[in-house]
Amino acid sequence: MKAPVTSHINLAELRKKFPVLHQQVNGRNLVYFDNAATSQKPLSVINALTEYYSGYNANIHRGIHTLAEKATKAYEETRHAVKSFINADSAEEIIFVRGVTEAINLVASSYGRAHIQAGDEIILSGLEHHSNIVPWQLLREEKNAVLKVIPVLENGELDIDAYRKLLTSKTKLVAVNHASNSLGTINPVKEIIDLAHRAGAVVLIDGAQAGAHLPIDVQQLDCDFYCLSSHKMYGPTGTGILYGKRRLLEQMPPYQGGGEMIKEVHFEKTTFNDLPYKFEAGTPNIADVIAFRKAIDFIMETGKEAIALHETELLRYATEKIAALPAVKIVGNAQHKVSVVSFIVDRIHPFDIGQMLDARAIAVRTGHHCTQPVMERFGIEGTVRASFAVYNTKQEVDQLVEGLSRIINFMK
Amino acid sequence: MKSIIDIQNEIINEFSLLDGDKEMTVFYIMELGQRLPAMKDEDKTEEHIVKGCQSKVWLTATLEDGRVWFTADSNTAITKGLVSLLIRIFNGQPAESILNAELFFMNKIGMERFIGTQRSNGFAAMIRQMKLYALAFKAQQEA
Repeated sequence: MKAPVTSHINLAELRKKFPVLHQQVNGRNLVYFDNAATSQKPLSVINALTEYYSGYNANIHRGIHTLAEKATKAYEETRHAVKSFINADSAEEIIFVRGVTEAINLVASSYGRAHIQAGDEIILSGLEHHSNIVPWQLLREEKNAVLKVIPVLENGELDIDAYRKLLTSKTKLVAVNHASNSLGTINPVKEIIDLAHRAGAVVLIDGAQAGAHLPIDVQQLDCDFYCLSSHKMYGPTGTGILYGKRRLLEQMPPYQGGGEMIKEVHFEKTTFNDLPYKFEAGTPNIADVIAFRKAIDFIMETGKEAIALHETELLRYATEKIAALPAVKIVGNAQHKVSVVSFIVDRIHPFDIGQMLDARAIAVRTGHHCTQPVMERFGIEGTVRASFAVYNTKQEVDQLVEGLSRIINFMK
Repeated sequence: MKSIIDIQNEIINEFSLLDGDKEMTVFYIMELGQRLPAMKDEDKTEEHIVKGCQSKVWLTATLEDGRVWFTADSNTAITKGLVSLLIRIFNGQPAESILNAELFFMNKIGMERFIGTQRSNGFAAMIRQMKLYALAFKAQQEA
């Protein structure tokens, strides 16, 4: 007989790695449920930042002195760690950027400007974050392209049948998220990619909400571009990656000009550096990239499967308890979700709930979560969103539920 | 009619009973909002929305016998409580007094700690809007 599937994570030990969790807010122990916005950082990440600045701060590449060598090595090690983390074919396919927003802007500006013509179609989904909408709108205005949107079903899943019908010979690019930040829906990205490829389109996957929660294998997915933000996966803010297939990245013109990205500069003509440096103009965010490596190590050491098991159980538990409260409606009931519970309460504004929960030291996010089209789709102004990370506990969920029931009782 | 200073001192006293407990304070603010007289739906128009608030706040004012009377509503309970505090202070005061009033109760209560920066900015926007009404009424009276 198979043993029951449980996560082997020792939560008490794991939580010790996150100093920020051990504090009181408004006289109570902090409950941090805003992980979809940014997750907390383990000590290894925090220490890596201090060690870099106090031990080997130097500008990378081209330096011949010892500190520059050490910093360059550490920086490039992160690139290799990311390569393994998402199973890219080569480290040259990993471009460091500020985060998913910049990654998408890079593709829209560079790939989009070079390859999208008037009348070409770009397909997005109705679940996208504004940062996977606005760069394409800017491109649409510039190129007279057409934006099409995959509709969202009542349960928060994408309407894949409708998507099939949106694909035409004019479709040049499809950009969707791996998981929705506002509802938690995990999208069938493999299917979306295969269908797009059959239509001759390239696909960009916004992996902001996947990085810390889902297995990512860009070769198996066969996606053309994949984007990650470090700060949503236990790493520092201000860094992230764009993965692109080498063939595409090589064809693409540079995104920004400056140092690092050139081979030779003459006033008559400049030649550009090879991948990945062609897309990394200027001194990069060295410290945060180096510390990002420690975040990846943390995820790998904890184990993505173990993390998923724990978070799925938290999600199940929280969904059941929150849905059982009077006047509460969960928004987004997809069959497959990352650990996000979005909900509304009859006649109580999400801002009020957020503020009242904060008074009990519970951090949630309220509002449209940078996905106004999702809110429009469900005819609401916003939701309250609790999003879980590996360090969260069922006791914390109980505190949230207790806080919510106090509010609901008060407002009756 | 109590003075603007007296009413602010009353409010400071009431809040001091809550002992700085954030949850109790937030609940109290919402309770104050629930007691605010209802605003007519036809007054909840785009032009009555206070700009600079993240929540929706509608505010109107009338001048009767040289005194200003405000009505307001909000789509969020806490903001409604906040605007009710201002209405309590300003309602029935001459336009001149509203214009010249210095509001000190927020600092004494430590309001920002309870409602955060965003709402504090919204609160400042409400005060600004009320003073604008007062200014308009004063100009009207002097004309």
